[in-house]
Amino acid sequence: MNVYLDNNATTMVAPEVIEAMSPFWSELYGNPSSIHSFGGQVGKHIRKAREQIAALLGARPDEIVFTGCGSEGDNLAIRGTLAALSGRKRHIITTRVEHPAVRVTFQQLEKQGYRLTEMPVDHDGALDLEKLDAAITPDTAIVSIMWANNETGVIFPIEEIAHMVKAKGAVFHTDAVQAAGKLPIDMSRVPVDVLTISGHKLHAPKGVGALFVRKGTKLVPHISGGHQEGGKRAGTENVPGIVGLGVAAEMASAAIGSENNLVRALRDRLKSGLLADCKGAVVNGKNCLPNTLNISFENIEGESILLMLDAIGVAASSGSACTSGSLEPSHVLRAMGIPFTLAHGSVRFSLSRYNIEAEIDHVLAHMPGIVERLLEISPFAHQVPGSTWGVAPGCDT
Amino acid sequence: MWDYTSKLMDHFKNPRNVGVIEKPDGIGEVGSLACGDALRLMFKLDDKGQIENVKFQTFGCASAIASSSALTEMLIGKTLAEAQKITNQDIADFLGGMPDQKMHCSVMGRDALSAAIENYEKGSPPDKKVDSDIVCQCFGVTQLEIERAVRENHLTTIEEVTNYTKAGGGCESCHDDISQIIARVRAEKKDTGDPADVPVRKKELTTVQKIRMIEETLDREIRPSLKKDGGDIELVDLDGDKVIVSMRGTCAQCRLVDFTLKDVVETKIKEFVADNLRVVEEGSEEEAR
Repeated sequence: MNVYLDNNATTMVAPEVIEAMSPFWSELYGNPSSIHSFGGQVGKHIRKAREQIAALLGARPDEIVFTGCGSEGDNLAIRGTLAALSGRKRHIITTRVEHPAVRVTFQQLEKQGYRLTEMPVDHDGALDLEKLDAAITPDTAIVSIMWANNETGVIFPIEEIAHMVKAKGAVFHTDAVQAAGKLPIDMSRVPVDVLTISGHKLHAPKGVGALFVRKGTKLVPHISGGHQEGGKRAGTENVPGIVGLGVAAEMASAAIGSENNLVRALRDRLKSGLLADCKGAVVNGKNCLPNTLNISFENIEGESILLMLDAIGVAASSGSACTSGSLEPSHVLRAMGIPFTLAHGSVRFSLSRYNIEAEIDHVLAHMPGIVERLLEISPFAHQVPGSTWGVAPGCDT
Repeated sequence: MWDYTSKLMDHFKNPRNVGVIEKPDGIGEVGSLACGDALRLMFKLDDKGQIENVKFQTFGCASAIASSSALTEMLIGKTLAEAQKITNQDIADFLGGMPDQKMHCSVMGRDALSAAIENYEKGSPPDKKVDSDIVCQCFGVTQLEIERAVRENHLTTIEEVTNYTKAGGGCESCHDDISQIIARVRAEKKDTGDPADVPVRKKELTTVQKIRMIEETLDREIRPSLKKDGGDIELVDLDGDKVIVSMRGTCAQCRLVDFTLKDVVETKIKEFVADNLRVVEEGSEEEAR
């Protein structure tokens, strides 16, 4: 049985999306910027996609800018709004748990002379809003805080934060790549300036994303050239991708209800089953996306768990150091103060509306045995006479 | 996803000799939970002094578990003197190789073996690491451990040291120290003339030898492709580390001449003759410098 539970990494393209995209490869392949009707007729499909995405976000169609991916969107949002300020404000704020597309961008900006504040989170992954409020000064140019975390699924109170930031006159950007399609988002009510979404996280293909840029927000493009996207992002449109993203957005709007009932019920079934049957299991994060479960298993290591799961056809991911090629475990779990004993053994299961109960039960049937097997191999699960084991110096931070 | 060999995956899925020996002759423990992997190795000797039983327990990724399992298979029947000779590369080779970034797993196996033998010989647990010897605070890696990895595996870069020992993989503040250790160990090796570490082309060449090798390299690596486009290259002089050349035919007018010189000619000459050489065009500003 093949069970895909890594939907925060990427999702299956919905069959309806593939079908909607199919005419745009070899029939309607004209360039929407062309003067002839062969190209011109494509323009209306892009307009439709823009409307579909605007509907998902409670925005106006002319506030949607198509991009190539979530990372591009984050970069354009952050660098573009800062460039528009021409260095008049030198302070920037983000959190310690952002996706690298935001985090690394902010760290680079710090090297270029911006003063960076990275807000901490507590053990549950939550922000201290009073501290955030205090951190924003008249010199603060931009605040970028994700809507929901990709690793833990922890949701930040974006509506409250947006009001707080706008009251102080800074630009507010939110990376909503994981939240879009899973949580209701209404830009007509929440004063976010710029918001990022990505196609392949909501059953559209890879290689297409979108930015909501509130009317009146100044943004300097970083890909210059043609007049596409209102001059905010040059480059001939990825027409099939954009059409696909439009249909996926429409489907996501319709599915938010089921996302919060059916997917949440499956996730909760997985969660309670693993907590009940697996030794040393602890859930990371509170107030999470309905599809995400980040769970740690004490004294065993994440890559080993994933490869054992892989052997029974289950795809998941881990915040362990070994899986990423880096040596440090997940920066998100470390920021939450999750101890190393648990951080190395974390597994993220992320579901979609295409998962069924039998798949969850397949995981529940095998996971206790996998944990048992790895504990049998682990030296930390056994007391051995003559053992001198302590934490290696320098490693216990 | 890691590119693990099928033998490595077999040792991960079906690890050999997992467990504990009640009264071991030697026990070695390296790594920690915090560091992300750890290995406990125990052995018992028979009356001929050969390892008759060996068991391990490992916390870590697939390559850590497989390295431990492989090591135990390699140890059975060996005397301690023979066991001492096992290097981390032997462990990696036994498994058909492992990804560069995972080599520290094989080093952990070798370290646990050393610790277990030391425990047997001294009858006491191996000396605890002393803070002052630690170079990498993030992963608690000592100077000795880095030196040994550099020496045994002919490491030349910080990245390699991180792959083999984890040192330098965290906050990176020890990178300067690691560079110094690499330089020191390599200098020692040059003194002792360790042949494995002195590739032939890096021996000090005489000027005549260099000129001959440059000509050969131009003939073999460069000229054929230039001639296809109606061009040619000629060696004018060798002045210290400066290889002065002249471009002929169509190459003389080519707008890509700088690229050809630096990215093609110089790369090949560095590869086949000597690292310190640079290529300049006759009559250019760079030649005058």
